[in-house]
Amino acid sequence: MQEQNTTFTMPDFLPALPEMFLLGAACVVLLADLFFPGRNRGLTWLLSLVALAGTAVCVLALEVGEHGVMTFSNTFVLDQLAILMKLAVLAASATVLVYSRHYLAARDLHRGEFYTLTLFSTLGMLVIISAPHLLTLYLGLELMSLCLYALVALNRDSAVGAEAAMKYFVLGAIASGLLLYGMSIIYGVTGSLQLDEIAAFIGAQEERHLGLVLALTFVVAGLAFKLGAVPFHMWLPDVYHGAPTPVTLLIGSAPKIAGFALVFRLLVEGMEHLYVDWRDIFILMSVLSLVAGSVVAIAQTNIKRMLAYSTIGHIGFLLMGFIAGTSEGYSAALFYALVYVLMALGAFGMILLLSRKDFEADNLDDLRGLNARSPWFALVMLLVMFSMAGVPPTIGFHAKLAVLSAVVNAGFLWLAVLGVIAAIVSAFYYLRVVKLMYFDEPQDNAPLSGGIDMRVLLSSNGIAVLVLGLMPGALLTATIAAIP
Amino acid sequence: MITLAHFLVLGGILFVLSVAGIFINRRNVILLLMCIELMLLAVNMNFVAFSRFMENMDGQVFVFFILTVAAAEAAIGLAILVTLFRNRNSINVDDLDVMKG
Repeated sequence: MQEQNTTFTMPDFLPALPEMFLLGAACVVLLADLFFPGRNRGLTWLLSLVALAGTAVCVLALEVGEHGVMTFSNTFVLDQLAILMKLAVLAASATVLVYSRHYLAARDLHRGEFYTLTLFSTLGMLVIISAPHLLTLYLGLELMSLCLYALVALNRDSAVGAEAAMKYFVLGAIASGLLLYGMSIIYGVTGSLQLDEIAAFIGAQEERHLGLVLALTFVVAGLAFKLGAVPFHMWLPDVYHGAPTPVTLLIGSAPKIAGFALVFRLLVEGMEHLYVDWRDIFILMSVLSLVAGSVVAIAQTNIKRMLAYSTIGHIGFLLMGFIAGTSEGYSAALFYALVYVLMALGAFGMILLLSRKDFEADNLDDLRGLNARSPWFALVMLLVMFSMAGVPPTIGFHAKLAVLSAVVNAGFLWLAVLGVIAAIVSAFYYLRVVKLMYFDEPQDNAPLSGGIDMRVLLSSNGIAVLVLGLMPGALLTATIAAIP
Repeated sequence: MITLAHFLVLGGILFVLSVAGIFINRRNVILLLMCIELMLLAVNMNFVAFSRFMENMDGQVFVFFILTVAAAEAAIGLAILVTLFRNRNSINVDDLDVMKG
């Protein structure tokens, strides 16, 4: 027998406290839900919100230095970037839960599964955000995605939902497969799964290794699938359309932050020395996404599909930050992701507010004359639409400005010009929503649904779009400080 | 003598087969699920081969995790398939065309 002289030291569990708390809390919700009486899932809802709030408290309680702390044999990292993104993900998930309750209760969808799956997919996002290692990255990604696939099929009697779930599942699994194949080649070439060791290996090489470029192609294709960048965007409109609106709200919000984290950890922290190679693919994807996102959305009559194409366009802008390849660009992309999540929550939240029992407000016509029905929520939607279009003084303007100035400073003036043109074209369909709300006659005069909690939060969501637009300094500083 | 290259070629062939299977197959959703499994196994082949020839255990540990995730993924895929069949009475890939645009 070979003598074993390795000693086992206990890893430092503290940096993973938020994840461990959320895991425990999600299991508690899963079990407790079985014992709550009746069809009313109000207690499950409350418990889930408490779980998310407790996780946020854990995140806030942790202290990290300038370089962050690594633990679990360097498979888990907690740095400033992770803290900022985790707080954003938790806030977005909590908002999703608040917006969804009344919609789910009005249909036969108010079940414990929605809450536990949402909590577990949030846990997956937190793990992605803290991953300095390919294994952690993969596990977090799968935990997030598997929960989302199941959520899309939440309404078991909906044929559209099942079709959307199947499409999402198959394309998501292909994306994971491509990503994994790329990871296996990276492992074969560099001999490590740890992103900083991979970066050090690539940096030490005189010439770029052909195998790494091959691996990079697979990895970027997998990432593009997950982000929904053209030409890997086919699933996005169908999933947004087919999923129950609360699930669309979830898929359209927090996972975008996790997507940013995925790209940042893999390509920037792991393969920054191959910047020139992945930049060219990103430029192509960004240009195509901008064009598809602005042109195809005009033809849509379903507001969820329209917002799906608008997401594709926004992903095009987000990629611009990576194309710049500077700290300025990365923080602009992070800022864009955070702002996009805020706007998506507002827009999908409005669909949930307008829907009621046996009525889905997912056509553009359902927004007609909203001003006559509720001037205040018409104003909230106006702010969100202006922000998505990038009209000052809303926050969306600063987000677009940040990525555009980053690419101009990196020497891609033509890309910035294209971005501005795409923004102008897409302003057409955002302003069409405003026109429908303010200048058309309402088609039905039913009162808006939603409880006081949702109304207050949706109102503050709209106000946040405006107030952050007037005072973007704090958020901008936070994103700049988060990127080393 | 079997070298690393042999394993990589085998892994590559399995991967290409699975991708081709996903895109060529227009008949049955179950075949799609099988192709997805094959794709993950092709990746496992790569990891194990690299791990063996570099004498580094990390790759084999990764394979265990991939196998576990693949099992969970198959469970969810089949669950979605059941929902689909209950609603449509068909698992034909060509019938997945209600949503367009």
